Amino acid sequence: MRRKFFTFISLFGISFTLMVLMVVTALLNHFLGAQMPEQKLDRILYVNQLWLEGNGSINSSNPSYYLLNKYVKPLKTPELVSIYTEQSAVNAYRNGRKIIMEIRYTDANYWKVLDFNYTSGGPFGKAEVESANLVAVITEATSLNNFGTTDAIGKTLRLNDRTYKVVGVVENIPAIRTSSAADVWLPYTTAQTDLSKTDYNGGYAAMLLAKRTDDIARIKKEFYDVVATIPLPPSAPRRQRMNLQFTILKMFADSRTEAFVREVSSSTDNYVSVPLFYSFIIGGMLFFMLIPTINLVNINISRIMERSSEIGVRKAFGASSNILVLQFLFENILLTLVGGVLGVLLAVGVMALINNSDLIPYSNLGLNIEILLLSLLICLFFGVLSGVYPAFRMSKLHPASALKGGSK
Amino acid sequence: MITLTNIEKVYQTKSIETVALQNVNLTVPKGEFLSVMGPSGCGKSTLLNIMGLLDAPSAGTMEVAGQPIRSYKDKELAHIRNEKIGFVFQSYHLINDLSVLDNVELPLLYRSSVSGGTRRKRAQIALEKVGLSSRTDHYPNQLSGGQRQRVAIARALIGVPEIILADEPTGNLDSVMGEEIMQILLDLNRREGTTIVMVTHDENMAQKTERLVRFFDGQQVSDSRLYDFQKV
Repeated sequence: MRRKFFTFISLFGISFTLMVLMVVTALLNHFLGAQMPEQKLDRILYVNQLWLEGNGSINSSNPSYYLLNKYVKPLKTPELVSIYTEQSAVNAYRNGRKIIMEIRYTDANYWKVLDFNYTSGGPFGKAEVESANLVAVITEATSLNNFGTTDAIGKTLRLNDRTYKVVGVVENIPAIRTSSAADVWLPYTTAQTDLSKTDYNGGYAAMLLAKRTDDIARIKKEFYDVVATIPLPPSAPRRQRMNLQFTILKMFADSRTEAFVREVSSSTDNYVSVPLFYSFIIGGMLFFMLIPTINLVNINISRIMERSSEIGVRKAFGASSNILVLQFLFENILLTLVGGVLGVLLAVGVMALINNSDLIPYSNLGLNIEILLLSLLICLFFGVLSGVYPAFRMSKLHPASALKGGSK
Repeated sequence: MITLTNIEKVYQTKSIETVALQNVNLTVPKGEFLSVMGPSGCGKSTLLNIMGLLDAPSAGTMEVAGQPIRSYKDKELAHIRNEKIGFVFQSYHLINDLSVLDNVELPLLYRSSVSGGTRRKRAQIALEKVGLSSRTDHYPNQLSGGQRQRVAIARALIGVPEIILADEPTGNLDSVMGEEIMQILLDLNRREGTTIVMVTHDENMAQKTERLVRFFDGQQVSDSRLYDFQKV
C-alpha cells in the first residue's frame, strides 16, 4: 500500500506540475504568439500608448487619430501603416432583445496587416472607407446572435443610430487578442467623432507592418526620430492655471511581446528587454519544477530505503551497483514519462474546459507540437534529475546492511 | 572450495571498535555440507557474509570457488556471486512485487549470456526440484513460510552455483517445514555435490550435516566431523 501511495504521490506531482506548465505556456502562446488574425507578428509593431509626463504628473492614454495620422502614418520604412480604434461597447437591439457588442473602427490597411479567416464575404476596402460607407465586418458569433445564421452578407445591423450592411463574416477572435478582437468592425470614417480635432489623446492605435523582419530596427529608428520631433501638447486651461506643463512626450513602437513586457514592467524606455522577460519566465518555470523535483528526490530516497532489502538481494545474486542504478533510473524515467502523459491529458482537458467556458471568450487553446515535445523533454529531464541522487545513494548501499534493511 | 586464512573483521564506529571475527582459519572442501553454530553475536552471520562476498574482511585472505579474492571491486564481486554462489536467507528475502517464477529467475537476469526463454525454462526446472512447479504465477504473500523458503532455494539453485550459503534457513519455520527444507538441502548436497555452508541455531539440524564448526566471541572454538556423506 505504501509503495502504491508513493507512486501515486510521484505521479500526481509530475502530472500536475506538467499540466500547469503546459496550460500556462499555451495561454502565453495564445496571448503573445502568432495566432489568427495576428499571423505576421514578427513583422508588426504596435503603437498604442501616449505617455505625457511633467511636474510630477503622468498621463498615459491611447493616442488620437490626429497624432497618428500626422506623425505615424507618413513613416516611410514600414510597408503599411494601419490606424484603428480600441474596442468600445455598444448596445444593439434585435426583436426587443438587447445585444452588447464590441466594435472597432479601422482603416482599409487593417485588413492587409492582419489575416482574418472569412467564412463569407470580405473586408471593406479603401474606397468604402474614404466614402464613409456604412458597411460592417462581423464575427460568426455576432452573426448568429443577430441573425440566427452565419450567412449574413447583405443583412443590416443597427449600431449607434446607424444602419450598417454586413459585407464580411469572420471566424471568432479570442478576447485575449486585445489588438484585434472585436465583434464588429466598421470604417473609422463612420465613427461619430470629429477627426479634425488636434487633441493628442484619443482612443486610437496603429500597426506598422514591416516588409521583412530585418526592417523592424530601421522602422523603430525612424519612428523614435519622428516622435522626438513631436511638439509638446498645449496644456489644458486647468493645468495652465496651476502652472503644470507636460515636459516629456513619449510614444512606443513595440512588438506584441514588447508591449506586454512594457505593461508588466511599466517601463518608459524606448526599448524594452524581451530576452530578460523570457529569462524570468523560464526561470520561473524551472523554479516551479524544482519543487516537485525535490519532492520526487525525497520520495525516491524513501523508496530506496524501503527497498533496501530488495537491493541487497539483487546485489547478493549478482547485480552490480551500476546495473541497479540504471534499473532505478529507468524506473524513474518511466514513472516521469507516465506522469508526463497524464500531465498532457490533464492539460488537454483543462484547455478544453477553458475553451468551452466564458473565461476567455472564443479562446482556442491547444497543444502545439513544440510544447508537446518540450514537455516530454522536461519529463525526461525531471526523471533523470530526480533519480540521480537517490540512485547514487542506492549504489552505496552495502549488501550485508541492505539485507538487514539498513541504509549504510 | 572456500579457504579463509587469518580472517579478521572489525566494525569501527566513532567511539567503539567491535571485533566480530578474529583469527579465522577455515577450509570448506568441495561438496562438503558444513554447519556453523554459536550464540547470538558470535560472528556466524558475519562469517557467512564474508564467505558470500557480501562483506569484506578487515584482514586476512580468502579463496572462493578456487578463485583468490584479490580486490573487492563491486563489479568483480557481483560477477563471482552470480556465477558461483547461491544464498538462502532466514527471512527468505523474496521480492513481493515479483511472481514466484520471476523471483527464481532473478540470478539469471544478471547473466547476459542467458536468454529470456532459457531463463524461464531453468526457473521452471528449479521449481520442479523443490516441488513448487504449480505455483509459478503466485506471489510470495500467497505462499506459506515453507513454500517461500523452497522458492528461495530454487532461486539459489537456478544459477547452478558451486556453493550455497544458507543463513538459518529453517529459523522461521515450524519443525515439519524445517525438516522438509533440510531434506531438500541434504538432497542437493548428496545428489548434486553442491557445497553448502549453513548457519543454524538448531542442534538437530546441525547434527544432520557432515561437519560442525562452533564459534564463540568471533573465534572458532571447535571443528567436528559428523558424517561422511556418500555422494551420488
